[in-house]
Amino acid sequence: MKIQDDVLAGLIDINSKVLDVGCGDGNLLLYLKRNKRIDGRGLEINQKNVQECLAKGLAVVEGDAEKDLVNYPNQSFDIAILNQAIQQFYEPRKVLNELLRIAKQAIITIPNFGYWKVRLNLLVTGTMPVTKTLPHSWYDTPNLHMSSIKDFYNLCSLDNINVIKSISISSNKISDITSNNLEIKNLVSELGVFVVSK
Amino acid sequence: MNIDYSKVKKITINAPLKLDCGETLEKFDIAYETYGNLDETKSNAILVFHALSGDQFVTGTNNVTGREGWWNQVVGSGLPIDTDKYFVICANVLGGCMGSTGPKEINPKTNKPYGLDFPVITIKDMVSAQTHLLDFLRIKKTLSVLGGSMGGMQALQFCSLYPERTFSSVPIACAASHSAQNIAFNELARQAIMADPNWDSGNYFLSGKVPRNGLAVARMAGHISYLSEQGLQSRFGRKLQEGDGLNFSFDADFQVESYLKYQGYAFVDRFDANSYLYITRAMDYFDLYKLNNGDLSKAFKNTNVKFCIISFSTDWLYTTEESKKIVIALNSIGAQVSFVNIVTNNGHDSFLVNEPEFFQTLKGFLDSTYEDFKNENSR
Repeated sequence: MKIQDDVLAGLIDINSKVLDVGCGDGNLLLYLKRNKRIDGRGLEINQKNVQECLAKGLAVVEGDAEKDLVNYPNQSFDIAILNQAIQQFYEPRKVLNELLRIAKQAIITIPNFGYWKVRLNLLVTGTMPVTKTLPHSWYDTPNLHMSSIKDFYNLCSLDNINVIKSISISSNKISDITSNNLEIKNLVSELGVFVVSK
Repeated sequence: MNIDYSKVKKITINAPLKLDCGETLEKFDIAYETYGNLDETKSNAILVFHALSGDQFVTGTNNVTGREGWWNQVVGSGLPIDTDKYFVICANVLGGCMGSTGPKEINPKTNKPYGLDFPVITIKDMVSAQTHLLDFLRIKKTLSVLGGSMGGMQALQFCSLYPERTFSSVPIACAASHSAQNIAFNELARQAIMADPNWDSGNYFLSGKVPRNGLAVARMAGHISYLSEQGLQSRFGRKLQEGDGLNFSFDADFQVESYLKYQGYAFVDRFDANSYLYITRAMDYFDLYKLNNGDLSKAFKNTNVKFCIISFSTDWLYTTEESKKIVIALNSIGAQVSFVNIVTNNGHDSFLVNEPEFFQTLKGFLDSTYEDFKNENSR
């Protein structure tokens, strides 16, 4: 998803210190290292992915964010990235707050459960939606806590988290989400990207 | 067995080495081997540290013992530490018995072997001694310093003392301090050696009678700790040495007994009992926490070294948790640290056997780090 990388890269200052939580094969970190000269670190649960990251010259620790984020010192990163992973945690709220303890800002991307195709899919078929951004059946999905863009907004206000910027991505179109267009963006966005701080 | 040490390559360092114990070695020998060639920009030197029972003959054939190098599966042409690409250096540790100054070498003051007159050495002493080898080879900064077990401890110690002398480090299956369990196993080994009447308070070189039984038992105890419960069970189970009946004796009925005996007595022919005492003591004394008032991160303050910490899931001697503590300490100071825990049944010995995921991790890290180091050096 090149467009998503571009969006994320656009949100990150040059030479930032970045922690990518659930960094996968490290492609985003590598992209940011090359294009934004970031000082990057990764945390990744899958060993094959960690090996790929090491072969790319990235500093990545094999570990489980839900257990291991506690070991990172306060405010030790400029930015923590959680790219389409928050829905996979047992305690996404705790992870979100941990990220904001570790980093000055966090960038969270979520597959939007409020997207109209998802809503329609459930309405018409009466079964759990299977779409491009949510490709798993209910019984084998890694996604434990699906949310909509609006849900995420609500959690932020509940936990006194500032949403500095939020971006809607849909069919490779990018637009800003504001409190004024939240309802409509919650309907038309496939992905939501949030820059948050405490 | 008479071993011919004349084929050992060594340098004599004519500079005093002040040891942790307070004594000074006025001069000392370092026996070493190198593999591959140093490249033009000197970006490809890898200093390998050996473990307790290892030596400088990392790969190929050990021309003293005739045995295969201890890391034959890892270091060599086309292997994870590719000698077509890298210049690999390994020195016999101070206190060792493969040519470097140690208890079996001649004490210049008495013209007799040191025996127990050899000063008690530490991991730090071993590492300090080896920097002289790097100077001799005119290598200011290595691409990596690495090793498993005690080799990993040396790598950590090296990075703490000389962070400017290496670009990266791979401490494997090790810990930043020796646990009570590790010390206990080492003490068991030492007591076995010292209980052998041939040991003669370390003076066995006078009688020529080597404490074979003591050293063999020491090695057997070590071997049990290097393997995992699952590994031993799947490899030997209760399989009998011959036939299908018990012999109702104390001979080796079980294959696992025979294996241990073989390992124990094969070791005796190539290793010096006093060296075993000294090296295990050095490991026991190793404690980077205490050296830094309990804060391991201080050992690596402001480090630019790229670390790749590797542990093995069934290693109960140097546990994954111990490795994670190192990772946490490095993370806490923003160091560049990577970490992989290899899932395996092979216990502590995993770093010495065919472990494809370990190999891939090591190779990926070294190859990408080499590119970065070359770029740095060409700037």
